[in-house]
Amino acid sequence: MVESRKVEDLHLRNLTKRFGDFVAVDDLTLTIPAGSFFALLGPSGCGKTTTLRMVAGLEDPSEGSISIGEQDVTGLRAFKRPVNTVFQSYALFPHLDIFENVAFGLRRRGVKDIKPAVEAMLELVELTPMARRKPKQLSGGQQQRVAVARALINEPEVLLLDEPLGALDLKLRRQMQIELKRIQMEVGTTFVHVTHDQEEAMTMADTVAVMNEGRIEQMGAPADIYELPETVFVARFLGQSNLFAGRRESSGSDSVTVAAHGQQFTIPNSRNNAPGGDVIVGVRPEKMTIVDAGDPIPDAHDRIAGRVVDVSYTGVSTQYLVKTSWGEEISVFEQNDVVGDQSAVGDSVEVHWARDHAFGLDGTGTSADDVESAMPVV
Amino acid sequence: MRFVRRHILTVAAFIVLVYLFIPVAVVGVLSFNDPPSKYNTKWYGFSLDAWTNMCGIPGVCESFVESIKIGLISTFVATVLGTMVAFALVRYRFRGRKTTNLLIFLPMATPEVVMGSSLLALFLNMTFPLGTTTVIIAHIMFTISFVVVAVKARLQGLDPSLEEASRDLYADSRATFQHVTFPLVAPGIAGAALLGFALSFDDFIISFFNAGTLVTFPIYVWGAAQRGIPVQVNALATLVFLVALAIVLIAQFVAWRRRKALQADMASRDADLKALSMDALSRS
Ligand SMILES: Nc1ncnc2c1ncn2[C@@H]1O[C@H](COP(=O)(O)OP(=O)(O)OP(=O)(O)O)[C@@H](O)[C@H]1O
Ligand SMILES: [Mg+2]
Repeated sequence: MVESRKVEDLHLRNLTKRFGDFVAVDDLTLTIPAGSFFALLGPSGCGKTTTLRMVAGLEDPSEGSISIGEQDVTGLRAFKRPVNTVFQSYALFPHLDIFENVAFGLRRRGVKDIKPAVEAMLELVELTPMARRKPKQLSGGQQQRVAVARALINEPEVLLLDEPLGALDLKLRRQMQIELKRIQMEVGTTFVHVTHDQEEAMTMADTVAVMNEGRIEQMGAPADIYELPETVFVARFLGQSNLFAGRRESSGSDSVTVAAHGQQFTIPNSRNNAPGGDVIVGVRPEKMTIVDAGDPIPDAHDRIAGRVVDVSYTGVSTQYLVKTSWGEEISVFEQNDVVGDQSAVGDSVEVHWARDHAFGLDGTGTSADDVESAMPVV
Repeated sequence: MRFVRRHILTVAAFIVLVYLFIPVAVVGVLSFNDPPSKYNTKWYGFSLDAWTNMCGIPGVCESFVESIKIGLISTFVATVLGTMVAFALVRYRFRGRKTTNLLIFLPMATPEVVMGSSLLALFLNMTFPLGTTTVIIAHIMFTISFVVVAVKARLQGLDPSLEEASRDLYADSRATFQHVTFPLVAPGIAGAALLGFALSFDDFIISFFNAGTLVTFPIYVWGAAQRGIPVQVNALATLVFLVALAIVLIAQFVAWRRRKALQADMASRDADLKALSMDALSRS
């Protein structure tokens, strides 16, 4: 087993990368705490790989700096940085066997007596019997573990993983997620894990940063980001959200009232991120409850009337699509824990939610049409 | 009838092989001939003379050694230069890269007669004495193209992330070249060198133009053919064929050994896995 070691925070300051006129990474400033499992989540082309490559030293930043603890590594060549990468395509050396692949970093640094270290590492990733095989003779999941072992054996301050599970099928992915998490806990190294799978980011990471067009939109613990997204992009990219564009009507000491589509919605002040008068009200589908029109609704709940246009039963839950009077389709997820009637297509219903579950987003410069479609932006 | 239908492919392959190897076989058989005159075209009787006394005819062995020497030198130089050109063409962006890429193909597309005669014209204009040097220069020139093409293909097929991974794993550019790039490109370079040697060894036209009084093996054979080819030529040709065959067989044998070793490894691993899962079962 590998000893847990003291590791240091990774700081990115005003990190920018331009390719010609195109800004791939835009003024990124963030601190990744030592020993954390950090996920960089974002859609394709948002600059995740470019960010990792700059940290690894494989790409020179146009501006900004990178440091590990107190040490500025911006100018250091890749082979001098205490950082190792698990590549998107694994990039295992095809001419070397598994043992030599894992030993590569130690050999280059002239470490003596590497056999025990390599064997311990192969043990950690459960590949001991494969030591003398060539990479091509391993399955995708095994190759992935070799790539992790080859990087980790160098005891880097930071391990960078670029969509390491992207090439695996769903079942193996889930298995490897657990595996990677176990390895991370065992070695205590900072993991920066790039993915565009939001579920993967949320289940694995301590901290998730949602990236869009070269910028970090929001960063925090998975539950915090999910419960209180700060931008429309995050609300959509991380799970689903029902959004209603409106204007602030009045502000109380602990809540604001927003008028949208001739109705009033209330958001706790602590959950309102709109600085101005244009406010987008957001509610997660699973926070909503569906009742027949006219049924009583609890206190401190807001409501919307509509008609069910689609019902899909998914086992643990039922997903409804409800069309409002202004034509927006909202999603509602209900647990299948109630006995008795369920709403059917065509029913007139009311959807309601606790005001404490609503959140407010900045609606400046966005039109209702931009915001109010049930499609997630992926 | 059914037998024929089932084995038609094997039969066809066999016929093609016979077709390919009859000339070689004839040459081989005639190397043991004992002709009374210079004309070694029909069977007279068995003799080992040509094999035991390979250099018995004046000039045969000298020309053979000359050809080997020219082949080795020109292959070495062409391989080194060609490999460097290939790296430059694939790895660096510079002015004239596209043109170079195109020009590299030219020697392969030029008829040998044209290339041979224009080289001769060049050497004569420069009053450069014809001989081994001019032949080597000519051979390097036309082998380089083949080396560049072969190595370039190999390099282009190389995943750039392999070299990045190497840099990421504490290898500086030198170590990356030594431990990753070169081993991965080496099979391409070796193949190019073998091809280059074969091309040089059997070149007649270009050598003939630029050899002056020098006699290479193909030139010797050509000259001898006018007067009747000595049996020693058959023996030498058979020897070359046998050496080539041996190289191929050794390569096959090594590959087969590796496969065997791997299968053994897989089998033992399967046993390991079985033991492991039994162990897990008994624990749970
Ligand atoms: N060498 C390059 N030259 C020009 N543009 C580039 C280069 N590398 C990346 N880009 C651009 O920068 C943007 C970000 O690329 P990057 O590879 O970081 O995306 P990503 O977030 O990793 O996407 P994916 O999830 O698809 O891997 C893309 O629009 C890409 O086209
Ligand atoms: Mg990427």
